[in-house]
Amino acid sequence: MDFLTLLQVLDSTVRLATPLLLACLAGLFSERAGIFDIGLEGKMLMAAFLSASVAFFTGSVWIGLLAGIAASVLLSVLHGLASITFRGNQLISAVAINFLAAGLTVLIAQAWFREGGRTPSLIGGARFEPVTLPLAETLAPVPVLGPIYSELVSGHTILVYLALACVPLTWWVLWRTRFGLRLRAVGENPAAVDTAGISVVGMRYGAVVICGVLCGIAGAYLATGLQAGFVKDMTAGRGYIALAALIFAKWRPWHALGATLLFGLLQAVAVRYQNIDLGGVVIPVQVMDALPYVLTVVILAGFVGKAIPPRAGGEPYVKER
Amino acid sequence: MDRLPRWADIVLIPLVSLVLAAVLSALVILAIGEDPVAAVQLMITGALGSTYGWGYTLYYATNFIFTGLAVSVAFHARMFNIGGEGQAMLGGLGVALVCLHLPLPHWSLALIAATAGAALFGALWALVPGWLQARRGSHIVITTIMFNFIAAALLNYLLVNLMRPVGAMDPATPKFPTATHLPTLHDLLAPLGIAFSKGAPANVSLLVGLLACVLVWLLIWRTRLGYEIRALGHSETGARYAGIGPARTIVITMVISGALAGGMAINNVMGEAERLVMNATEGAGFIGIAVALMGRNHPFGVLLAAILFGFLFQGGAELALWTDIPRELIVVIQALVILFTGALDNMVRRPLAMVFAALRKGREA
Repeated sequence: MDFLTLLQVLDSTVRLATPLLLACLAGLFSERAGIFDIGLEGKMLMAAFLSASVAFFTGSVWIGLLAGIAASVLLSVLHGLASITFRGNQLISAVAINFLAAGLTVLIAQAWFREGGRTPSLIGGARFEPVTLPLAETLAPVPVLGPIYSELVSGHTILVYLALACVPLTWWVLWRTRFGLRLRAVGENPAAVDTAGISVVGMRYGAVVICGVLCGIAGAYLATGLQAGFVKDMTAGRGYIALAALIFAKWRPWHALGATLLFGLLQAVAVRYQNIDLGGVVIPVQVMDALPYVLTVVILAGFVGKAIPPRAGGEPYVKER
Repeated sequence: MDRLPRWADIVLIPLVSLVLAAVLSALVILAIGEDPVAAVQLMITGALGSTYGWGYTLYYATNFIFTGLAVSVAFHARMFNIGGEGQAMLGGLGVALVCLHLPLPHWSLALIAATAGAALFGALWALVPGWLQARRGSHIVITTIMFNFIAAALLNYLLVNLMRPVGAMDPATPKFPTATHLPTLHDLLAPLGIAFSKGAPANVSLLVGLLACVLVWLLIWRTRLGYEIRALGHSETGARYAGIGPARTIVITMVISGALAGGMAINNVMGEAERLVMNATEGAGFIGIAVALMGRNHPFGVLLAAILFGFLFQGGAELALWTDIPRELIVVIQALVILFTGALDNMVRRPLAMVFAALRKGREA
């Protein structure tokens, strides 16, 4: 493999890791506040569809992005309603949301566009265009560093840089602000937070809405950045890979970046090479597909370091039991 | 909070949830510019108006009986087995291996062997998450989700690289031998003088599904193991205090649940396709969740809910054929049923409980 091929694989790693990273950070906020969310997939899918549709109708990708975020937040609030207000089962609620998104997107897409559950291809201002960072052209001829800068670092859509910026931001919000301390406390010991006079319900709704916003950006990136339009089931399990990455990262933002880049690399390699020949031993492409899930099972089983979720995760909070 | 009468808990709440799901689905149909009344009429004639329609309805229902029972057995131990899909895929692998590699002279023997193969493979695919939950404390929901994806990748690999006949493009096994073909309802009912559509895929697996309902009922309410499963579901500390080992019970429950989900393969793989194809399960493992919730985890309820979803599946296929409403309408209905009967249960329950409390007060006064 030559240097340029390596750069191309890494470049596609970054692009494929971006939706995973955004969804993973979304799950991080929700689960740190004690609301399990296996509905990342559904929220991303709904956002992908609505952002592509609205971007197509208005011709503006930014309005599309807002619409995608709104759709995702709406589903988040539904999840909050079921799991916070009505103290229902968070897992069942999220399963319902995933199916709701899978069904509604195709149903509405068929009604609006009649193209078998897809939106028309987006062109021009209805898509996020790659951003060329300053001096990328000038520095390109510099050996080694030049191509790295112009090929790998520069030339992504704005949402990729936004996703990367969200990593330190998430760390700062959760570990360096009062809001973050309270949010994490709600996920560990809600009764203590309640005693301190802070609304557990309010904090949890806040976390769920942040989760919705990030999932919305992830979905919009899929349909308007990574690809040019929505196709049926376009998330293709990314919400679950993000969930796997979240566990892999043990609910920490910087580790989430590492985990999603790793899983993105696996996807990039699987896309580029079907079967990998390692001197006689052929690794089939399906191994790449299954590896994130296998790694997560191994981590969850505690064979390689233990992944311990927030203590109050999954439990509805009942005041004055 | 006020208790509901038993009949209201069993009949009224699922019914109200169903009505809510139906009303919202009707609104969705209206919103996409179609006529809900005409849609329902089309679904009823398509799914129940002929023995052909019934044959498909009962075929789908058979799948959902198995996956619904699988989810409900795990629910009794307060575990959420979301991996029915992967377990049913592996069950299909078990059926395919039995049918392709064992010399089976008659369908009845083939059915017994294939059922054993399907149950064994499904059980194995649930055993690992069960064991990991029991011994390593990894969350059953996450591991079973991961195992669904691992199962899909595994089947993909096996069908593309190993089990596909040489020269075939289609990633599927060869056709099973004729001796293993299961009799359809047409074949079974003809000797009794009842005419049943020849083209519909409902087959003898339906009877196996009904038998499974009876066996699950016996297991849960009439055996020591069933008592242990329910005790664990009510309270782990209570169960431990009564001398019930939680780890052992968790593993056994998951094995039974996986075997039931895997058992579905005798219907879709052996009874209908007569070969193993990619994505043979068509989401039936997930519909099992809705079926178990709707059926209140009771085998009889699961049976009724499975027939209801069989009707929706076949009716939805008819809608997709004759109107502009895509098949995904069923996915929306399924989502709404899961939402109302599962997650928003309290939203339905609280107002009803208040109504009953008011009635009771009125009677006392």
